[in-house]
Amino acid sequence: MERPLTKDIRQGNPPLNLEEYEQAGGYQALRKALRHMDPSEVTEEVKKSNLRGRGGAGFPTGQKWSFVPMGEKALHPKYLVANADEMEPGTFKDRLLLEGNPHQMIEGMILSAYAIQADVAYIFLRWAYKRAASLLTQAIHDAYQAGYLGKHILDSDYSLEMHLHVSAGRYMCGEETGLLNALEGKRATPRAKPPFPQTSGLWGKDTIVNNVETLSNVPHIINRGGQWFKDLSYTDDGGSKIYGASGKVKNPGAWELPMGTTLREILEEHAGGMREGLKFRGLLPGGASTDFLVEEHLDAKMDFSSLQQYGSRLGTGTIIVLDDQTCPVGMVLNMERFFAQESCGWCTPCREGLPWTAKILAAIENGHGKMEYLELLERHSKLLGPGHTFCALAPGAVEPLQSALKYFREDFERHIKEQRCPWS
Amino acid sequence: MLSEEEIREIEAEFPHYPTREAVSVEAMKIVQRHRGWVSDESIHELAEFLEMTPEELDSVATFYNLIYRKPVGRHVILVCDSISCWIMGYESMRARLTERLGIEMGQTSDDNRFTLLPIPCLGTCDHAPAMMVDEDLYRDLKPDDLEEILAGYE
Repeated sequence: MERPLTKDIRQGNPPLNLEEYEQAGGYQALRKALRHMDPSEVTEEVKKSNLRGRGGAGFPTGQKWSFVPMGEKALHPKYLVANADEMEPGTFKDRLLLEGNPHQMIEGMILSAYAIQADVAYIFLRWAYKRAASLLTQAIHDAYQAGYLGKHILDSDYSLEMHLHVSAGRYMCGEETGLLNALEGKRATPRAKPPFPQTSGLWGKDTIVNNVETLSNVPHIINRGGQWFKDLSYTDDGGSKIYGASGKVKNPGAWELPMGTTLREILEEHAGGMREGLKFRGLLPGGASTDFLVEEHLDAKMDFSSLQQYGSRLGTGTIIVLDDQTCPVGMVLNMERFFAQESCGWCTPCREGLPWTAKILAAIENGHGKMEYLELLERHSKLLGPGHTFCALAPGAVEPLQSALKYFREDFERHIKEQRCPWS
Repeated sequence: MLSEEEIREIEAEFPHYPTREAVSVEAMKIVQRHRGWVSDESIHELAEFLEMTPEELDSVATFYNLIYRKPVGRHVILVCDSISCWIMGYESMRARLTERLGIEMGQTSDDNRFTLLPIPCLGTCDHAPAMMVDEDLYRDLKPDDLEEILAGYE
Protein backbone atom coordinates (compact mmCIF):
# COMPACT_ATOMS: atom_id res chain seq x y z
CA MET A 1 0.00 0.00 0.00
CA GLU A 2 1.33 3.42 -0.96
CA ARG A 3 1.57 6.27 1.54
CA PRO A 4 2.45 9.30 -0.59
CA LEU A 5 1.77 11.89 2.11
CA THR A 6 3.83 10.35 4.88
CA LYS A 7 6.46 8.22 3.12
CA ASP A 8 9.12 10.89 3.63
CA ILE A 9 8.14 11.80 7.17
CA ARG A 10 10.72 10.54 9.63
CA GLN A 11 9.04 10.33 13.03
CA GLY A 12 11.11 11.94 15.75
CA ASN A 13 13.58 13.46 13.27
CA PRO A 14 13.72 16.85 11.52
CA PRO A 15 11.82 17.01 8.21
CA LEU A 16 13.54 16.74 4.84
CA ASN A 17 15.40 19.95 4.04
CA LEU A 18 15.19 21.36 0.53
CA GLU A 19 18.04 19.28 -0.86
CA GLU A 20 16.73 16.06 0.68
CA TYR A 21 13.21 16.84 -0.49
CA GLU A 22 14.51 17.34 -4.04
CA GLN A 23 16.46 14.06 -3.84
CA ALA A 24 13.23 12.31 -2.83
CA GLY A 25 11.58 13.63 -6.00
CA GLY A 26 10.42 16.95 -4.58
CA TYR A 27 9.60 19.90 -6.87
CA GLN A 28 9.51 17.54 -9.87
CA ALA A 29 5.75 18.00 -10.06
CA LEU A 30 6.24 21.76 -10.16
CA ARG A 31 8.79 21.44 -12.99
CA LYS A 32 6.42 19.18 -14.88
CA ALA A 33 3.48 21.54 -14.48
CA LEU A 34 5.36 24.73 -15.37
CA ARG A 35 7.01 23.19 -18.43
CA HIS A 36 4.38 20.89 -19.80
CA MET A 37 0.95 21.75 -18.40
CA ASP A 38 -1.46 24.65 -18.75
CA PRO A 39 -3.09 25.84 -15.53
CA SER A 40 -6.35 24.25 -16.71
CA GLU A 41 -4.59 20.91 -17.17
CA VAL A 42 -3.47 21.00 -13.54
CA THR A 43 -7.06 21.63 -12.45
CA GLU A 44 -8.31 18.84 -14.74
CA GLU A 45 -5.86 16.34 -13.25
CA VAL A 46 -7.00 17.24 -9.72
CA LYS A 47 -10.64 16.91 -10.81
CA LYS A 48 -9.85 13.48 -12.23
CA SER A 49 -8.25 12.44 -8.93
CA ASN A 50 -11.49 13.08 -7.05
CA LEU A 51 -9.55 14.79 -4.27
CA ARG A 52 -12.05 16.19 -1.77
CA GLY A 53 -11.22 18.90 0.76
CA ARG A 54 -9.53 17.46 3.83
CA GLY A 55 -10.49 20.29 6.19
CA GLY A 56 -13.77 18.55 6.91
CA ALA A 57 -16.33 19.75 4.38
CA GLY A 58 -15.16 17.45 1.59
CA PHE A 59 -15.83 19.78 -1.32
CA PRO A 60 -14.18 18.50 -4.54
CA THR A 61 -10.92 20.46 -4.82
CA GLY A 62 -10.66 20.65 -8.61
CA GLN A 63 -14.23 21.85 -8.85
CA LYS A 64 -13.56 24.55 -6.25
CA TRP A 65 -10.62 25.81 -8.30
CA SER A 66 -12.68 25.81 -11.49
CA PHE A 67 -14.93 28.59 -10.09
CA VAL A 68 -12.02 31.04 -10.21
CA PRO A 69 -12.26 33.30 -13.29
CA MET A 70 -9.39 32.57 -15.69
CA GLY A 71 -7.89 34.09 -18.80
CA GLU A 72 -7.32 37.66 -19.87
CA LYS A 73 -10.49 39.03 -18.34
CA ALA A 74 -9.64 37.73 -14.87
CA LEU A 75 -8.71 40.43 -12.38
CA HIS A 76 -5.45 40.32 -10.47
CA PRO A 77 -4.12 39.90 -7.84
CA LYS A 78 -5.64 36.51 -7.04
CA TYR A 79 -4.90 34.70 -3.82
CA LEU A 80 -4.32 31.18 -2.59
CA VAL A 81 -4.53 30.49 1.15
CA ALA A 82 -3.42 27.37 3.03
CA ASN A 83 -5.73 26.84 5.98
CA ALA A 84 -3.30 25.66 8.66
CA ASP A 85 -5.48 26.80 11.54
CA GLU A 86 -6.09 23.25 12.75
CA MET A 87 -8.34 23.86 15.77
CA GLU A 88 -11.03 21.21 15.57
CA PRO A 89 -10.85 19.53 18.99
CA GLY A 90 -9.37 16.05 18.67
CA THR A 91 -7.55 16.85 15.41
CA PHE A 92 -3.78 16.63 14.95
CA LYS A 93 -3.24 15.53 11.35
CA ASP A 94 -2.14 18.84 9.80
CA ARG A 95 0.46 19.28 12.54
CA LEU A 96 1.96 15.97 11.37
CA LEU A 97 2.22 17.21 7.76
CA LEU A 98 3.44 20.71 8.64
CA GLU A 99 6.14 19.48 10.99
CA GLY A 100 6.88 16.33 9.00
CA ASN A 101 7.24 17.66 5.45
CA PRO A 102 6.78 21.43 5.02
CA HIS A 103 8.14 21.47 1.45
CA GLN A 104 5.47 19.00 0.38
CA MET A 105 2.74 21.47 1.31
CA ILE A 106 4.64 24.43 -0.14
CA GLU A 107 5.05 22.62 -3.47
CA GLY A 108 1.35 21.76 -3.35
CA MET A 109 0.56 25.41 -2.74
CA ILE A 110 2.68 26.60 -5.68
CA LEU A 111 1.00 24.06 -7.98
CA SER A 112 -2.47 25.02 -6.76
CA ALA A 113 -1.65 28.71 -7.08
CA TYR A 114 -0.43 28.06 -10.64
CA ALA A 115 -3.69 26.27 -11.46
CA ILE A 116 -5.72 29.35 -10.54
CA GLN A 117 -2.95 31.79 -11.57
CA ALA A 118 -2.70 33.30 -8.11
CA ASP A 119 -0.18 36.07 -7.49
CA VAL A 120 0.13 35.82 -3.72
CA ALA A 121 -0.16 32.85 -1.33
CA TYR A 122 -0.58 32.93 2.43
CA ILE A 123 -0.17 30.17 4.98
CA PHE A 124 -2.64 30.90 7.79
CA LEU A 125 -1.08 29.09 10.74
CA ARG A 126 -2.45 28.79 14.24
CA TRP A 127 -0.43 30.36 17.02
CA ALA A 128 0.18 27.16 18.97
CA TYR A 129 2.14 25.49 16.15
CA LYS A 130 5.52 27.02 17.07
CA ARG A 131 7.64 24.28 15.53
CA ALA A 132 5.67 24.40 12.28
CA ALA A 133 6.12 28.18 12.16
CA SER A 134 9.89 27.97 12.32
CA LEU A 135 10.06 25.06 9.85
CA LEU A 136 7.78 26.85 7.36
CA THR A 137 9.74 30.10 7.65
CA GLN A 138 12.92 28.21 6.76
CA ALA A 139 11.23 26.22 3.96
CA ILE A 140 9.73 29.35 2.35
CA HIS A 141 13.13 31.05 2.52
CA ASP A 142 14.83 28.06 0.91
CA ALA A 143 12.16 27.78 -1.79
CA TYR A 144 12.75 31.44 -2.71
CA GLN A 145 16.51 30.88 -2.83
CA ALA A 146 16.08 27.90 -5.14
CA GLY A 147 13.80 29.81 -7.50
CA TYR A 148 10.59 27.91 -6.65
CA LEU A 149 9.02 31.14 -5.39
CA GLY A 150 9.31 34.75 -6.48
CA LYS A 151 9.54 36.16 -9.99
CA HIS A 152 9.64 33.80 -12.98
CA ILE A 153 9.59 30.52 -11.14
CA LEU A 154 12.03 28.08 -12.79
CA ASP A 155 12.43 30.62 -15.63
CA SER A 156 8.76 30.38 -16.55
CA ASP A 157 6.29 33.25 -16.98
CA TYR A 158 4.72 32.39 -13.67
CA SER A 159 5.47 34.37 -10.48
CA LEU A 160 4.23 33.83 -6.94
CA GLU A 161 4.92 35.46 -3.57
CA MET A 162 4.33 33.44 -0.39
CA HIS A 163 3.95 34.68 3.19
CA LEU A 164 3.40 33.03 6.55
CA HIS A 165 0.65 34.55 8.72
CA VAL A 166 0.62 33.37 12.33
CA SER A 167 -2.74 33.91 14.00
CA ALA A 168 -3.62 34.73 17.62
CA GLY A 169 -6.25 32.11 18.43
CA ARG A 170 -10.00 31.45 18.00
CA TYR A 171 -11.69 28.44 16.38
CA MET A 172 -13.59 30.74 13.99
CA CYS A 173 -10.36 31.43 12.08
CA GLY A 174 -10.65 27.95 10.60
CA GLU A 175 -13.98 28.81 8.95
CA GLU A 176 -13.13 29.80 5.40
CA THR A 177 -14.61 33.30 5.39
CA GLY A 178 -13.73 33.97 9.05
CA LEU A 179 -10.17 33.16 8.05
CA LEU A 180 -10.31 35.74 5.26
CA ASN A 181 -11.45 38.44 7.68
CA ALA A 182 -8.69 37.43 10.09
CA LEU A 183 -6.10 37.74 7.30
CA GLU A 184 -7.39 41.22 6.54
CA GLY A 185 -6.71 42.17 10.16
CA LYS A 186 -10.32 42.07 11.31
CA ARG A 187 -12.39 40.02 13.75
CA ALA A 188 -12.80 36.51 12.35
CA THR A 189 -16.56 36.75 11.85
CA PRO A 190 -18.03 34.81 8.92
CA ARG A 191 -19.06 36.45 5.65
CA ALA A 192 -22.30 35.96 3.74
CA LYS A 193 -22.12 33.46 0.86
CA PRO A 194 -22.62 34.11 -2.03
CA PRO A 195 -20.44 35.72 -3.18
CA PHE A 196 -18.06 32.84 -2.56
CA PRO A 197 -14.36 33.47 -1.91
CA GLN A 198 -13.51 32.05 -5.35
CA THR A 199 -14.87 35.26 -6.90
CA SER A 200 -14.81 37.63 -3.91
CA GLY A 201 -12.36 36.60 -1.22
CA LEU A 202 -9.39 38.42 0.27
CA TRP A 203 -9.85 42.16 -0.23
CA GLY A 204 -12.67 41.30 -2.61
CA LYS A 205 -10.37 39.44 -4.99
CA ASP A 206 -10.61 35.87 -6.33
CA THR A 207 -9.36 33.57 -3.58
CA ILE A 208 -9.02 29.85 -2.94
CA VAL A 209 -8.69 28.48 0.58
CA ASN A 210 -7.51 24.86 0.87
CA ASN A 211 -6.59 22.72 3.86
CA VAL A 212 -3.00 21.60 4.57
CA GLU A 213 -3.68 17.91 3.83
CA THR A 214 -5.55 18.80 0.63
CA LEU A 215 -2.62 20.87 -0.65
CA SER A 216 -0.03 18.28 0.38
CA ASN A 217 -1.70 15.77 -1.95
CA VAL A 218 -1.36 17.94 -5.06
CA PRO A 219 2.33 17.27 -5.94
CA HIS A 220 1.62 13.52 -5.92
CA ILE A 221 -1.44 13.91 -8.15
CA ILE A 222 0.59 15.91 -10.67
CA ASN A 223 3.53 13.45 -10.54
CA ARG A 224 1.55 10.25 -10.73
CA GLY A 225 -1.74 11.30 -12.31
CA GLY A 226 -5.33 11.69 -11.16
CA GLN A 227 -6.25 8.08 -11.92
CA TRP A 228 -3.40 6.75 -9.77
CA PHE A 229 -4.57 8.93 -6.88
CA LYS A 230 -8.16 7.85 -7.29
CA ASP A 231 -7.09 4.20 -7.22
CA LEU A 232 -5.37 4.64 -3.83
CA SER A 233 -8.83 4.76 -2.29
CA TYR A 234 -11.15 1.86 -1.42
CA THR A 235 -14.12 4.02 -2.45
CA ASP A 236 -15.12 6.78 -4.87
CA ASP A 237 -13.46 9.56 -2.86
CA GLY A 238 -9.87 9.66 -4.12
CA GLY A 239 -6.58 9.15 -2.36
CA SER A 240 -5.17 8.13 0.96
CA LYS A 241 -6.30 9.81 4.16
CA ILE A 242 -4.58 10.61 7.40
CA TYR A 243 -6.73 9.07 10.09
CA GLY A 244 -6.08 9.41 13.77
CA ALA A 245 -7.38 8.26 17.14
CA SER A 246 -7.28 9.76 20.60
CA GLY A 247 -8.91 8.83 23.89
CA LYS A 248 -8.32 5.69 25.95
CA VAL A 249 -7.11 3.39 23.20
CA LYS A 250 -3.90 1.38 23.52
CA ASN A 251 -2.01 3.17 20.77
CA PRO A 252 -3.29 6.67 20.02
CA GLY A 253 -1.76 8.20 16.88
CA ALA A 254 -2.20 9.07 13.22
CA TRP A 255 -1.88 6.79 10.19
CA GLU A 256 -2.04 7.30 6.44
CA LEU A 257 -4.40 4.65 5.04
CA PRO A 258 -6.51 4.21 1.93
CA MET A 259 -9.57 6.47 1.93
CA GLY A 260 -12.52 4.31 2.94
CA THR A 261 -10.68 2.20 5.53
CA THR A 262 -13.25 0.95 8.05
CA LEU A 263 -13.64 2.40 11.52
CA ARG A 264 -13.02 -1.09 12.91
CA GLU A 265 -9.66 -1.44 11.19
CA ILE A 266 -8.53 1.98 12.40
CA LEU A 267 -9.71 1.38 15.92
CA GLU A 268 -8.64 -2.22 16.38
CA GLU A 269 -5.57 -2.66 14.16
CA HIS A 270 -3.98 0.77 14.22
CA ALA A 271 -5.13 2.23 17.53
CA GLY A 272 -4.73 -1.20 19.14
CA GLY A 273 -8.25 -1.38 20.59
CA MET A 274 -9.32 -0.19 24.01
CA ARG A 275 -6.97 -0.02 26.97
CA GLU A 276 -7.04 -2.96 29.37
CA GLY A 277 -10.23 -3.07 31.43
CA LEU A 278 -12.14 -0.53 29.35
CA LYS A 279 -15.02 -1.10 26.97
CA PHE A 280 -15.78 0.82 23.79
CA ARG A 281 -18.97 2.89 23.91
CA GLY A 282 -18.81 5.22 20.92
CA LEU A 283 -16.71 7.62 18.90
CA LEU A 284 -16.71 10.89 17.08
CA PRO A 285 -15.29 10.03 13.64
CA GLY A 286 -13.81 13.38 12.66
CA GLY A 287 -13.44 15.86 15.49
CA ALA A 288 -15.77 17.45 18.03
CA SER A 289 -18.24 18.72 15.42
CA THR A 290 -19.23 15.29 14.08
CA ASP A 291 -22.06 12.99 15.23
CA PHE A 292 -21.34 10.05 17.54
CA LEU A 293 -21.20 6.58 16.02
CA VAL A 294 -21.48 3.39 18.08
CA GLU A 295 -20.65 -0.35 17.94
CA GLU A 296 -23.14 -1.12 15.16
CA HIS A 297 -21.38 1.38 12.86
CA LEU A 298 -17.85 0.05 13.19
CA ASP A 299 -17.86 -1.56 9.77
CA ALA A 300 -18.63 1.78 8.14
CA LYS A 301 -16.07 3.02 5.64
CA MET A 302 -14.39 6.24 6.67
CA ASP A 303 -15.05 8.45 3.68
CA PHE A 304 -17.27 11.42 2.93
CA SER A 305 -20.30 9.66 1.46
CA SER A 306 -20.30 6.46 3.55
CA LEU A 307 -20.50 8.15 6.94
CA GLN A 308 -23.38 10.34 5.80
CA GLN A 309 -25.50 7.20 5.53
CA TYR A 310 -25.11 6.74 9.27
CA GLY A 311 -25.92 10.34 10.09
CA SER A 312 -22.35 11.43 10.71
CA ARG A 313 -19.48 12.98 8.81
CA LEU A 314 -15.86 12.18 7.99
CA GLY A 315 -14.90 15.66 9.22
CA THR A 316 -11.16 15.72 9.77
CA GLY A 317 -10.93 11.92 10.01
CA THR A 318 -9.37 12.00 13.47
CA ILE A 319 -11.42 9.83 15.81
CA ILE A 320 -12.17 10.62 19.47
CA VAL A 321 -13.05 7.48 21.43
CA LEU A 322 -15.49 7.28 24.36
CA ASP A 323 -14.91 4.45 26.83
CA ASP A 324 -17.28 3.02 29.45
CA GLN A 325 -15.54 4.72 32.35
CA THR A 326 -15.95 8.19 30.87
CA CYS A 327 -19.26 10.03 31.30
CA PRO A 328 -20.96 10.74 27.95
CA VAL A 329 -22.85 13.73 29.42
CA GLY A 330 -19.60 15.19 30.74
CA MET A 331 -18.02 14.62 27.32
CA VAL A 332 -20.79 16.48 25.51
CA LEU A 333 -20.72 19.24 28.14
CA ASN A 334 -16.99 19.74 27.54
CA MET A 335 -17.58 20.12 23.79
CA GLU A 336 -20.62 22.42 24.09
CA ARG A 337 -18.65 24.68 26.46
CA PHE A 338 -15.93 24.83 23.84
CA PHE A 339 -18.36 25.75 21.07
CA ALA A 340 -20.15 28.31 23.26
CA GLN A 341 -16.83 29.93 24.06
CA GLU A 342 -15.70 29.93 20.44
CA SER A 343 -18.92 31.32 18.97
CA CYS A 344 -17.92 34.61 17.41
CA GLY A 345 -21.18 36.22 18.53
CA TRP A 346 -22.08 37.38 15.03
CA CYS A 347 -25.51 35.72 14.90
CA THR A 348 -27.98 35.44 17.76
CA PRO A 349 -28.91 31.72 17.71
CA CYS A 350 -25.29 30.67 18.06
CA ARG A 351 -24.26 33.40 20.52
CA GLU A 352 -27.23 32.79 22.83
CA GLY A 353 -28.15 29.18 22.08
CA LEU A 354 -24.80 27.51 22.65
CA PRO A 355 -24.19 28.93 26.16
CA TRP A 356 -27.78 28.01 27.04
CA THR A 357 -27.17 24.46 25.82
CA ALA A 358 -23.97 24.23 27.87
CA LYS A 359 -25.81 25.49 30.97
CA ILE A 360 -28.54 22.87 30.62
CA LEU A 361 -25.93 20.14 30.20
CA ALA A 362 -24.03 21.41 33.24
CA ALA A 363 -27.23 21.26 35.30
CA ILE A 364 -27.78 17.63 34.28
CA GLU A 365 -24.14 16.67 34.87
CA ASN A 366 -24.11 18.36 38.29
CA GLY A 367 -27.26 16.66 39.50
CA HIS A 368 -29.84 19.39 38.98
CA GLY A 369 -31.41 18.06 35.78
CA LYS A 370 -35.09 17.64 35.01
CA MET A 371 -36.59 15.27 32.44
CA GLU A 372 -37.99 18.17 30.39
CA TYR A 373 -34.41 19.39 29.85
CA LEU A 374 -33.90 16.54 27.40
CA GLU A 375 -36.64 17.89 25.18
CA LEU A 376 -35.15 21.36 25.52
CA LEU A 377 -31.78 20.03 24.38
CA GLU A 378 -33.38 18.30 21.42
CA ARG A 379 -35.15 21.49 20.43
CA HIS A 380 -31.87 23.39 20.67
CA SER A 381 -30.11 20.87 18.43
CA LYS A 382 -32.74 21.52 15.76
CA LEU A 383 -32.84 25.30 16.14
CA LEU A 384 -29.06 25.58 16.05
CA GLY A 385 -28.82 23.17 13.12
CA PRO A 386 -28.36 23.84 9.40
CA GLY A 387 -30.33 26.78 8.05
CA HIS A 388 -30.76 28.65 11.33
CA THR A 389 -27.35 30.24 11.76
CA PHE A 390 -24.93 32.35 9.74
CA CYS A 391 -22.13 29.79 9.48
CA ALA A 392 -21.45 26.12 10.20
CA LEU A 393 -20.16 26.53 13.77
CA ALA A 394 -23.47 25.95 15.59
CA PRO A 395 -24.68 23.16 13.27
CA GLY A 396 -21.35 21.43 13.93
CA ALA A 397 -21.70 22.05 17.65
CA VAL A 398 -25.05 20.27 17.87
CA GLU A 399 -23.90 17.16 16.00
CA PRO A 400 -22.32 15.46 19.05
CA LEU A 401 -25.24 16.67 21.20
CA GLN A 402 -28.07 15.34 19.04
CA SER A 403 -26.36 11.99 18.54
CA ALA A 404 -25.48 11.64 22.24
CA LEU A 405 -29.15 12.17 23.07
CA LYS A 406 -29.94 9.35 20.66
CA TYR A 407 -27.28 6.80 21.61
CA PHE A 408 -26.70 7.60 25.30
CA ARG A 409 -30.25 8.54 26.30
CA GLU A 410 -30.25 6.18 29.27
CA ASP A 411 -27.15 7.85 30.64
CA PHE A 412 -28.78 11.27 30.48
CA GLU A 413 -31.88 9.87 32.19
CA ARG A 414 -29.80 8.22 34.92
CA HIS A 415 -28.15 11.56 35.71
CA ILE A 416 -31.58 13.12 36.13
CA LYS A 417 -33.17 10.26 38.09
CA GLU A 418 -30.23 9.92 40.46
CA GLN A 419 -29.58 13.71 40.58
CA ARG A 420 -25.84 13.07 40.22
CA CYS A 421 -23.26 11.94 37.71
CA PRO A 422 -23.01 8.15 38.00
CA TRP A 423 -19.38 8.37 36.88
CA SER A 424 -18.17 10.78 39.53
CA MET B 1 5.58 55.28 22.61
CA LEU B 2 6.26 52.46 20.17
CA SER B 3 9.95 51.65 20.28
CA GLU B 4 12.13 51.87 17.20
CA GLU B 5 12.53 48.12 17.30
CA GLU B 6 8.77 47.58 17.43
CA ILE B 7 8.24 49.97 14.54
CA ARG B 8 10.95 48.24 12.52
CA GLU B 9 9.40 44.82 13.11
CA ILE B 10 5.90 46.04 12.23
CA GLU B 11 7.12 47.81 9.09
CA ALA B 12 8.80 44.60 7.95
CA GLU B 13 5.29 43.06 7.73
CA PHE B 14 3.76 45.81 5.54
CA PRO B 15 5.07 44.51 2.19
CA HIS B 16 3.25 41.20 2.76
CA TYR B 17 -0.21 42.80 2.64
CA PRO B 18 -2.03 45.41 0.53
CA THR B 19 -3.35 47.31 3.59
CA ARG B 20 -1.80 48.49 6.85
CA GLU B 21 -4.84 47.21 8.76
CA ALA B 22 -3.99 43.62 7.75
CA VAL B 23 -0.91 43.83 9.96
CA SER B 24 -3.01 44.63 13.06
CA VAL B 25 -2.83 41.20 14.71
CA GLU B 26 0.86 40.79 13.96
CA ALA B 27 1.56 44.33 15.23
CA MET B 28 -0.17 43.59 18.53
CA LYS B 29 1.78 40.34 18.82
CA ILE B 30 5.00 42.29 18.29
CA VAL B 31 4.09 44.79 21.04
CA GLN B 32 3.10 41.92 23.31
CA ARG B 33 6.39 40.15 22.67
CA HIS B 34 8.25 43.26 23.86
CA ARG B 35 5.98 44.34 26.70
CA GLY B 36 4.13 41.19 27.78
CA TRP B 37 0.69 42.62 27.03
CA VAL B 38 -1.17 45.26 25.00
CA SER B 39 -2.18 48.33 27.04
CA ASP B 40 -4.77 50.99 26.18
CA GLU B 41 -1.88 53.29 25.38
CA SER B 42 -0.41 50.74 22.95
CA ILE B 43 -3.81 50.32 21.29
CA HIS B 44 -4.00 54.08 20.67
CA GLU B 45 -0.47 54.32 19.32
CA LEU B 46 -0.78 51.24 17.15
CA ALA B 47 -4.14 52.34 15.79
CA GLU B 48 -2.69 55.63 14.64
CA PHE B 49 0.29 53.83 13.10
CA LEU B 50 -2.00 51.36 11.28
CA GLU B 51 -4.46 54.07 10.17
CA MET B 52 -7.33 52.54 12.14
CA THR B 53 -9.43 53.99 14.92
CA PRO B 54 -8.55 52.80 18.44
CA GLU B 55 -12.04 51.28 18.73
CA GLU B 56 -11.55 49.29 15.54
CA LEU B 57 -8.20 47.96 16.70
CA ASP B 58 -9.54 47.16 20.18
CA SER B 59 -12.39 45.20 18.60
CA VAL B 60 -9.72 43.09 16.90
CA ALA B 61 -7.60 42.85 20.06
CA THR B 62 -10.49 41.59 22.17
CA PHE B 63 -11.51 38.97 19.60
CA TYR B 64 -8.27 36.99 19.70
CA ASN B 65 -7.68 35.14 22.95
CA LEU B 66 -3.90 35.22 22.66
CA ILE B 67 -3.72 39.00 22.57
CA TYR B 68 -3.51 39.94 26.25
CA ARG B 69 -5.30 43.18 27.15
CA LYS B 70 -4.33 42.76 30.81
CA PRO B 71 -0.84 42.27 32.23
CA VAL B 72 0.27 38.66 32.57
CA GLY B 73 2.98 37.04 34.67
CA ARG B 74 6.52 36.39 33.48
CA HIS B 75 5.37 33.01 32.13
CA VAL B 76 2.00 32.01 30.74
CA ILE B 77 0.76 28.46 31.27
CA LEU B 78 -1.83 27.42 28.68
CA VAL B 79 -3.64 24.26 29.72
CA CYS B 80 -5.58 22.45 27.00
CA ASP B 81 -9.16 21.88 28.21
CA SER B 82 -10.57 20.33 25.01
CA ILE B 83 -12.13 16.95 24.60
CA SER B 84 -9.20 14.54 24.20
CA CYS B 85 -7.33 16.12 27.11
CA TRP B 86 -10.54 16.06 29.17
CA ILE B 87 -10.96 12.32 28.52
CA MET B 88 -7.31 11.72 29.41
CA GLY B 89 -7.52 13.49 32.76
CA TYR B 90 -6.86 17.19 32.26
CA GLU B 91 -8.98 18.01 35.33
CA SER B 92 -6.50 16.44 37.73
CA MET B 93 -3.74 18.46 36.03
CA ARG B 94 -5.71 21.65 36.40
CA ALA B 95 -6.43 20.87 40.05
CA ARG B 96 -2.74 20.32 40.77
CA LEU B 97 -1.77 23.54 39.00
CA THR B 98 -4.32 25.74 40.77
CA GLU B 99 -3.41 24.18 44.11
CA ARG B 100 0.34 24.46 43.56
CA LEU B 101 0.19 28.06 42.31
CA GLY B 102 -2.59 29.18 44.64
CA ILE B 103 -4.54 30.77 41.77
CA GLU B 104 -7.58 29.97 39.65
CA MET B 105 -7.71 29.82 35.85
CA GLY B 106 -7.35 33.34 34.48
CA GLN B 107 -5.28 34.60 37.41
CA THR B 108 -1.64 35.54 37.96
CA SER B 109 0.40 34.34 40.93
CA ASP B 110 1.29 36.92 43.63
CA ASP B 111 4.98 36.75 42.76
CA ASN B 112 4.00 37.56 39.14
CA ARG B 113 5.75 34.40 37.99
CA PHE B 114 2.86 32.54 36.31
CA THR B 115 -0.46 33.32 34.64
CA LEU B 116 -2.75 30.31 34.24
CA LEU B 117 -5.06 30.21 31.21
CA PRO B 118 -7.19 27.58 29.48
CA ILE B 119 -6.55 26.99 25.76
CA PRO B 120 -8.61 25.06 23.20
CA CYS B 121 -7.18 21.91 21.62
CA LEU B 122 -3.41 22.16 21.07
CA GLY B 123 -3.50 19.60 18.25
CA THR B 124 -1.50 16.93 20.01
CA CYS B 125 -4.44 14.76 21.10
CA ASP B 126 -2.56 11.45 20.72
CA HIS B 127 -0.33 12.70 23.53
CA ALA B 128 -3.01 14.12 25.82
CA PRO B 129 -3.14 15.77 28.26
CA ALA B 130 -1.05 18.68 27.01
CA MET B 131 -0.11 22.21 27.97
CA MET B 132 2.20 24.97 26.80
CA VAL B 133 4.40 27.11 29.00
CA ASP B 134 5.36 30.19 27.00
CA GLU B 135 6.49 28.66 23.68
CA ASP B 136 7.17 25.16 24.97
CA LEU B 137 4.79 22.24 24.48
CA TYR B 138 4.45 19.51 27.14
CA ARG B 139 2.59 16.29 26.35
CA ASP B 140 1.54 13.00 27.98
CA LEU B 141 1.41 14.92 31.26
CA LYS B 142 0.81 13.54 34.72
CA PRO B 143 0.17 15.78 37.74
CA ASP B 144 3.45 14.59 39.26
CA ASP B 145 5.38 15.95 36.24
CA LEU B 146 4.33 19.51 36.94
CA GLU B 147 6.75 20.37 39.73
CA GLU B 148 9.80 19.70 37.60
CA ILE B 149 8.37 21.57 34.60
CA LEU B 150 7.49 24.67 36.62
CA ALA B 151 10.98 24.70 38.16
CA GLY B 152 12.34 25.49 34.69
CA TYR B 153 10.57 28.87 34.57
CA GLU B 154 11.82 31.49 37.03
